[in-house]
Formats: sequence, C-alpha cells, structure tokens
Amino acid sequence: MMLERAAVVAMWTVTAAVVLTLLAPLAVTLAVSVSASSVFNLPPPALSSRWYERMLRLRELWPAVRLSVGIAAVSTVISLGLGTLCAIAVTRGTFPGKTALVTFMVSPLMMPGLVVGVALLQFLREIGLRDAYLSLLIGHVVITLPYVTRTVLASLSLFDFTLVEAARTLGCSHPRALVKVMVPVLAPAFLTSGLFAFLASMDNYPISIFLVDARHKTLPILMLQYLEENPDPTIAAISSGLVLMTIVVLLIADRLVGLRRLADF
Amino acid sequence: MSTAPASLSARADLVLAPPRRRLQPVALLALPGAGYLALAFAAPLALLLMASVISEGRPTLAGYRTFLADSFSWTVMANTIRSAGLITLICLVAGYPAAFALARAAGLLQAALLAALVLPLSVGVVVKAFAWTILLRSDGVVNRALVGLGAVDAPVRLLFTESGLVLGAVNVFLPFMVLPIFSVVKLIDPRLLDAAATLGSSPLHRFFRVTLPLTMPGVIAGVAFVFSMSVSMYVIPTLLMGDRFKTLSVLIARSFLFMRDRSVGSTASVMLLLIAVAVVVASALLTRRWQPSR
Repeated sequence: MMLERAAVVAMWTVTAAVVLTLLAPLAVTLAVSVSASSVFNLPPPALSSRWYERMLRLRELWPAVRLSVGIAAVSTVISLGLGTLCAIAVTRGTFPGKTALVTFMVSPLMMPGLVVGVALLQFLREIGLRDAYLSLLIGHVVITLPYVTRTVLASLSLFDFTLVEAARTLGCSHPRALVKVMVPVLAPAFLTSGLFAFLASMDNYPISIFLVDARHKTLPILMLQYLEENPDPTIAAISSGLVLMTIVVLLIADRLVGLRRLADF
Repeated sequence: MSTAPASLSARADLVLAPPRRRLQPVALLALPGAGYLALAFAAPLALLLMASVISEGRPTLAGYRTFLADSFSWTVMANTIRSAGLITLICLVAGYPAAFALARAAGLLQAALLAALVLPLSVGVVVKAFAWTILLRSDGVVNRALVGLGAVDAPVRLLFTESGLVLGAVNVFLPFMVLPIFSVVKLIDPRLLDAAATLGSSPLHRFFRVTLPLTMPGVIAGVAFVFSMSVSMYVIPTLLMGDRFKTLSVLIARSFLFMRDRSVGSTASVMLLLIAVAVVVASALLTRRWQPSR
C-alpha cells in the first residue's frame, strides 16, 4: 500500500515537472517578446510592442513566411493524396513485403534530416534540377508523406469496408460509395495528419538548408540566420506569432476532431 | 458447368471470384507514394552510399579508413551517441510516469495535460531551442529555480554546456516519448491488474510482469523516436552549444555548408545513416517480439 501511494505521488510529481518544463519555453518566448528590454531579462522591466513593430518592418520576413506556408500547404496536399492511396493499398491489398513497405513509407521520419538533405541536393544537381522552389517542394513531400501514411493507415485499419459494400447494395455507384462512406470516416485522420505534416514542413531546417538559395529562404532558415546575426527579441516576437498561430490552429482542430485524436500521434 | 459456353463460365468466374482476387489491383495504389519515396528519398541515399565507397571510378574503403583512423571521428561519434542515449534515458524516465498520469487523468485535467503535450509538440524546434537559450542563461529561469530549490549555491553555467544541451533536447523530444507510451497505456484493461492482485501478485511483481510487458510497444516506439531524433538533431546543438560540441550532424553541416569538404561529410553522413537505419530495424524487430499476440 505504501509503495503504491509513493508511486502515485512520484507519478504526479514527475508529470507536474514535465508539464511545467514543456510550457516554460513558450511562456518565456511570449514574455520576452513584449519586454521593453533588449537583453532577454525576465520578468520584463516594462512592457513594449517595439519588437513586434520591428518584426513588421523586417523586409525579408514576409517572403519567407509566404514561401514556407506555400511549400507546407502544397506538400501536405500532395502527401495526403499519395499517402491515402498507399494506406488503401496496404489495408486492402495482399502482396509480399507489406510490412516492409509500411516501414519504408514511414522511415523518413526517423532518418537524419541533414543526410537526407545532402543526398537530395546531390541527386537533384545530378539530374540537373536547380530550381529552389521545386527542390524544396520535392524535399518537403518526403518530410510530410510519412505523417499522412502513418495516421491514415492507422485509421483505415480500423475501418469496416463492408460499409462500402452496404452503400453499393443500397444503390450507390462504386466511386460514389467510396467517397460517401470513407471521406467522413477518414476526415479526422486527414485533419490530424495534415496538421502535423504542415507543421513539420513549416518547421523543417535540416533538409531545407541544402535546398534553399539566396532568394528562396524558408522561415526557420531565416530565423536561425537572424538569430546568428542580431540576437534581439525580434525573434521572440516572430516566435510568439508562430506560437499563437499554433494555438489557434490547435483550438480549431480540437473543435473539429477533439484533442484526444490529436494526441494519437 | 463443363457444357456451358466459355463466355458464360468466364462471366461466372467474374461474379464468383473471391473478393481477394477481385481486389488485387488495389495493391497498385501503393505505387505512386512508394515510387515517389524510392525516387526522392531512397535513390539519393543509395547514391550517397555508393559515392562514399567509390573513388575515381573504383570501389574503395579509403574514405572510411581515413575517417575511422582519426581519433577525432571517434570523439564525434561518442559525443553523438552518448548525448542521444542520455537524452533518451531521461525522456523515458520522465515520460513513462507522465504517460500513466495522462491515462489516469480524466475530464478537464486530462484535456489540460494533453494540451500541454500537443502544443509544445506543434511549436517549431527553432522557436523552442531559441527559448531555451533564454531559459539557460546564468541569470535565467532555470538557474534561479536551481538556486531557489537549494540545488546549487550560485548560478551555474548551462548555456554552451552539454548539460544545457541535454536539458533543452529532453524538453523538445519529451512529447515524442509520452504520446506513444500513452497510446498503449490507455488500452490496458485495469481488470488485468486487479486480477493479478487478486491472485496474490505484489505491486512490484505486477508492474514487471503485467504493466511493463504490455507497455513495451509504446516504450520501443518512444525510445526509437527520441533516440533517432537525438542522434541527428542539428538546430538544438547549434543554438544551445554553438560549434564547440562536435556531433555527427555538426560535422556533416560544417563539411557540406561551410568547408566544402565532401569526403569527410559523406563518410560522416553514412555513419549517421547507419545509426538511424539500425534504430529503425531494431525497433521493428523488437516491436514484432512484443506483439500482444505473443
């Protein structure tokens, strides 16, 4: 009894510490971004919006935001298509090497980004592709595809395909039956996997660093570069913007599919 | 049947064919995605691998020999694996109980805990690593907490040290440990533990014989995730340690981005790749071993 009680106390102590340290960086970023001081001291000596004003005047920022959002959106959409097809093949088809295929499809998640980036850069140079936007897009589909395949596969393996047959028996054409029955069932998987794929693409540094050029810089690359050149709280303002955007997106996703599904990582 | 016209029997075949055969072409749907990854992911990596063992048109292991003969390379690999191992261990020790707390909690508390995990998971690593450079300063929050708790007498240097790096990385990777473990913990039937208790099993015995084996798939997934992300992390050490802490990633970035020394870079890349592949293969094998059906 004593042992169990001690275990419960330890469990909640550790959890409290985990939650505290997980939220601390986000809280600190927000605090620094509204501070009047330029040396990151906490708590802020006085409140000021000067770093946000500076952020808005930063000329390179907006092209980087546009590029990052564009690449993330397009690569996520492509991955949703490719990943869903692959998940259907794996759940419905019987072919040798199925588990190996699944491992392969999700393996980019666990491969070192820098190595994938170097390899892709050399490969694209070899075949003569020098367009930065297209290179980034190709790389980011590699980043986003595993997220979609994983989650849609998990969701599809729980899906009862006799429902499609039932819809056909009730007079739906085959494609119509598929769309009518499967899309609502898979919608939460699309949303969660699309969300994490999008965020992973927005955040990627190690693959992008090899594929960008002077005119096409993604947001994380611009941020790290800015941080190295002039470390001031402007970067905290940009970060806070990203944190707030993430909070809004998660709130919407929570409304649509619920937090518990988002945690089915 | 034998007297039926060929066309009719073919027709009957079509109708009566088992669903497995009729759905076979569905396997082809995997082709676009798998083909894409084969081209844009596997082929480049294979070329990188080939280039590392070919010099002037001839197969050679000279690159590896030079790399492995240099004691600096061993320091770099030791740094990489040691810090990743430490990060993974701390994540496991902190994440395992947290996953149970998450599964045990209900209602608002669970929602709050989930939000506290999913939000940091969704925020980019550049943002979090930057925040840790502020937290770890000598007059920063971590130091003030340590002094306040009486753990240290005076502020200690954390930024640009390995302890600081491990602390920051643990924090960034923790959700990737907690969530996979949580996803198996929430499936455990509490009656199993009650049954074990009724049969006279002690709490410790119950934990090691019932709970731990049931959570192994989640632990393996979490450990594999965190370890593979830790061996290949680049942004976090760049911001928290600068160039002074040499890991394989830092070496790769330096040789390709700044020094243009491709031979060291590609050998280091292959080393890192081998570690990552080993983790993927090991976790796949271990997961199979711990399948619930066993």
